[in-house]
Amino acid sequence: MQRYAPLAVAALLALVPLLPLSSYLMHIFILVIMWAIIGMAWNLLGGYTGLVSFGHAAFFGLGAYSAGIVYQSLGWSGWWGLPISVAVVTIFSLVMGFVVLRLRGPYFNLSTLAIGEVLRVTAQNLDKLTQGDLGILIKQRSWTDKQNFYWVVLLMALGTYYVVKGLVGSRRGYYFVAIREDQDAAESLGIDTTLNKTIALTVSGVLTGLAGAFYFNYMGYIDPKVVFDLPGISILAIMIVMVGGAATLTGPLVGSLIMVLLAEWVRSIPKLGAAHMSVFGVLLILIIIFLPNGLVGDFGKIRRLFTGKRNA
Amino acid sequence: MPKLEVFLQTLIQGFLLGGLYALIGLGMALIMGVMKIINLAHGQLMMVAMYMAFWLFTLGRVDPYLSVVLVVPAMFVLGVGIQKFLINPLQRVDSIMPQNQIILTVGIGMVLTNLATLFFSGDYRSTPVSYATKAWYLSDFWKSSPLELSISYKELVSFLVAAAITTALWFFLQKTDTGKSIRATAQDRDAALLMGVNVERMRVVTFGIGTALVGAAGCLFIPAYYLFPDLGGQFTTIAFVVTIIGGLGSTTGAIFGGLILAIFESFTATYVGMGWATVGRFVIFVAVLIFLPGGVYSLIRSKKLGK
Amino acid sequence: MTALLEVRGVSRFFGGLAALSEVSFAVEKGEILGLIGPNGAGKTTMFNVVNGFYAPSRGEVHFKGQRISGLKPYQICQRGLARTFQVVKPLQRMSTLDNVVASAFLRSKSKGEALAKSEEILKFTGLWEERNMLSKGLPLGSRKRLEIARALATEPELLLLDEACAGLNPSELDTSIGIIRKIKERGITIMIIEHHMKVIMAISDRIVVLTYGEKLAEGTPAQISGNAEVIKAYLGESDGD
Repeated sequence: MQRYAPLAVAALLALVPLLPLSSYLMHIFILVIMWAIIGMAWNLLGGYTGLVSFGHAAFFGLGAYSAGIVYQSLGWSGWWGLPISVAVVTIFSLVMGFVVLRLRGPYFNLSTLAIGEVLRVTAQNLDKLTQGDLGILIKQRSWTDKQNFYWVVLLMALGTYYVVKGLVGSRRGYYFVAIREDQDAAESLGIDTTLNKTIALTVSGVLTGLAGAFYFNYMGYIDPKVVFDLPGISILAIMIVMVGGAATLTGPLVGSLIMVLLAEWVRSIPKLGAAHMSVFGVLLILIIIFLPNGLVGDFGKIRRLFTGKRNA
Repeated sequence: MPKLEVFLQTLIQGFLLGGLYALIGLGMALIMGVMKIINLAHGQLMMVAMYMAFWLFTLGRVDPYLSVVLVVPAMFVLGVGIQKFLINPLQRVDSIMPQNQIILTVGIGMVLTNLATLFFSGDYRSTPVSYATKAWYLSDFWKSSPLELSISYKELVSFLVAAAITTALWFFLQKTDTGKSIRATAQDRDAALLMGVNVERMRVVTFGIGTALVGAAGCLFIPAYYLFPDLGGQFTTIAFVVTIIGGLGSTTGAIFGGLILAIFESFTATYVGMGWATVGRFVIFVAVLIFLPGGVYSLIRSKKLGK
Repeated sequence: MTALLEVRGVSRFFGGLAALSEVSFAVEKGEILGLIGPNGAGKTTMFNVVNGFYAPSRGEVHFKGQRISGLKPYQICQRGLARTFQVVKPLQRMSTLDNVVASAFLRSKSKGEALAKSEEILKFTGLWEERNMLSKGLPLGSRKRLEIARALATEPELLLLDEACAGLNPSELDTSIGIIRKIKERGITIMIIEHHMKVIMAISDRIVVLTYGEKLAEGTPAQISGNAEVIKAYLGESDGD
């Protein structure tokens, strides 16, 4: 029964567009699902393997620009960006991995941050290729209403879920967690840590890049400041996983739902409108101190809080 | 001659900026050394200090350089507060991901930036001091000089004040008891604890000092630059690149790191293009991580061991 | 016939300090070799060199007739050399079972196979009851045995035990010694670092003594305990016997 739960949920979600929902609400649904993909991807690298990336915008932006450049410079449909982004991001991940995976702890974190920022500035400056800050605009998006976009992203999310689940439950997953817990011990026990870290980085990157390519096709417009954005993409990815629960399969889904809804809700409050980043910041601080394993991970803690049981 | 002129001018500008960069990096290096914390809100704290200086100037006619006297203690208190109420509680937390503390500081930085936007709006601010355009020209001193070099008053004063503060810090760390306790805690926390050092207090004080230092840097920065809430991120980047070039946790290294980075950026801006300076910053960062992970500090140390 | 492990003239420098200096010895298949010496003698450094964490500054290490010095730790483990750590390094947020499964994957083609092997090893080391406990909740004695279990799961021919018996109370000690003896019975060669003199003398076939990074003596337990220089090196060192 439990095995079919994800499929059942997906089937239910697939019915959503059939309801008479406003375009705005559909947009929210799509965002939640897209961010669930990014969250799951980040979680694979950060939550399971312990490699906290502050630069996932690099992958997202690369995916978005793979689609964008193919559209702009070659005149092809932006959807070709999806398979192309896989190739582009794979190559990029391998090169990036070669450079940064040898670094430990904070050195690694900071270098991922650096790479995200480097790509942003590079995209801004290489305007012959990327149109720089002008961005790339799709004259005619594939569909005017949101239904088909929704089903595409839902399918992508389902695929992402199963890829992550499959990896985590396999030998690979054990290796990832072993690396997270104690890299030296893992090495001594015959685990090729470099290879496995590279696999985690590449899979995580490719999945995020696919979300980026989707984003281009869905929104119809990208520019470097948006798709390579540090707080808007990289930090948000971290937040989604932290709020939802790192190293859990459903954490990113919960996190994405909460963060996207929260952002929209704060934006709608008249005085507080621009403050959603502050709210995020405060939320992040609270989660780290009180619920470090997120809502899913620390569910036991939350339950105890409500049932009034005390624990040491 | 113009080529040499451009080269020297770039070098001078980089060097003077380096003093400020060093000050920014010193705060982070100190915090890193003692608390093993990477504070990604460092630049945002500097931004807060800059707003303090801005309002002191705009409302109180206080010259930014003088406002150092007021801003530094205020920043110290802010730093202590952050340390006690936000960072300390984190120590008792057990979580799956190892880098919680960095993420915590990211959260703090986000809140600071956004609060600044809410209260002060995103408008660009500046402190137009009366001596803003004053500069010294080489030809004023050396009538028949073949080159024309200039140093702006602001750049020079900032550098000198930064140097003075750095020297004062050096004395503090080397000669005072508190300073020595801080260095002890940085070198070996457990040993310091056993020697009777109040490690907890040292951590709090250090964060306060680190914040105060970057606050001073903010005051020195604002006369020459525009201020807006998102400025923080840039300075955080500068701070950690400087500390990595210098060698994590090394205050001496941070000084060299600041000079090296500023000079490198100056040359990148002049010879490659203004927009690429930021990229250059990261390129040097990654290069140092790969080729000299211990930073300048490791070079100094190996010279000392006579290897 | 070549010995299983050959350490040939290994030196290891850290800056100006020689942690190991021209150390040579061999470990014969099937034996238990004890590595002893005062604190700071370089014993764990020796393990780190053999295991691949450090490359020797000079000299070579050969295993099963092939050079392994310079290889990465995981490659060395794949060839059949496993080690435990002095300060135990359990995979804390994994269960005891998962800790062993992660290591068992090295020689297993499927998860089912890894689980089966892990079950056998957990029972062998007396950890089966605690298999679902998070390893960070285990008492020290169990954690030390988990170190051994994990290493065993990689099906080594040579097992390096680094102070597997340190800090144990007498009954835990007996259990661990029993396990070590059973490991030998399985045909696995063992090199063991220990400070418990009684333990070392009782289970080792041969002993190598290190002091200040150099090999001081080599021989049977009887020879070593009678060796005047060895006694002198330990003078003033009381090792809790």
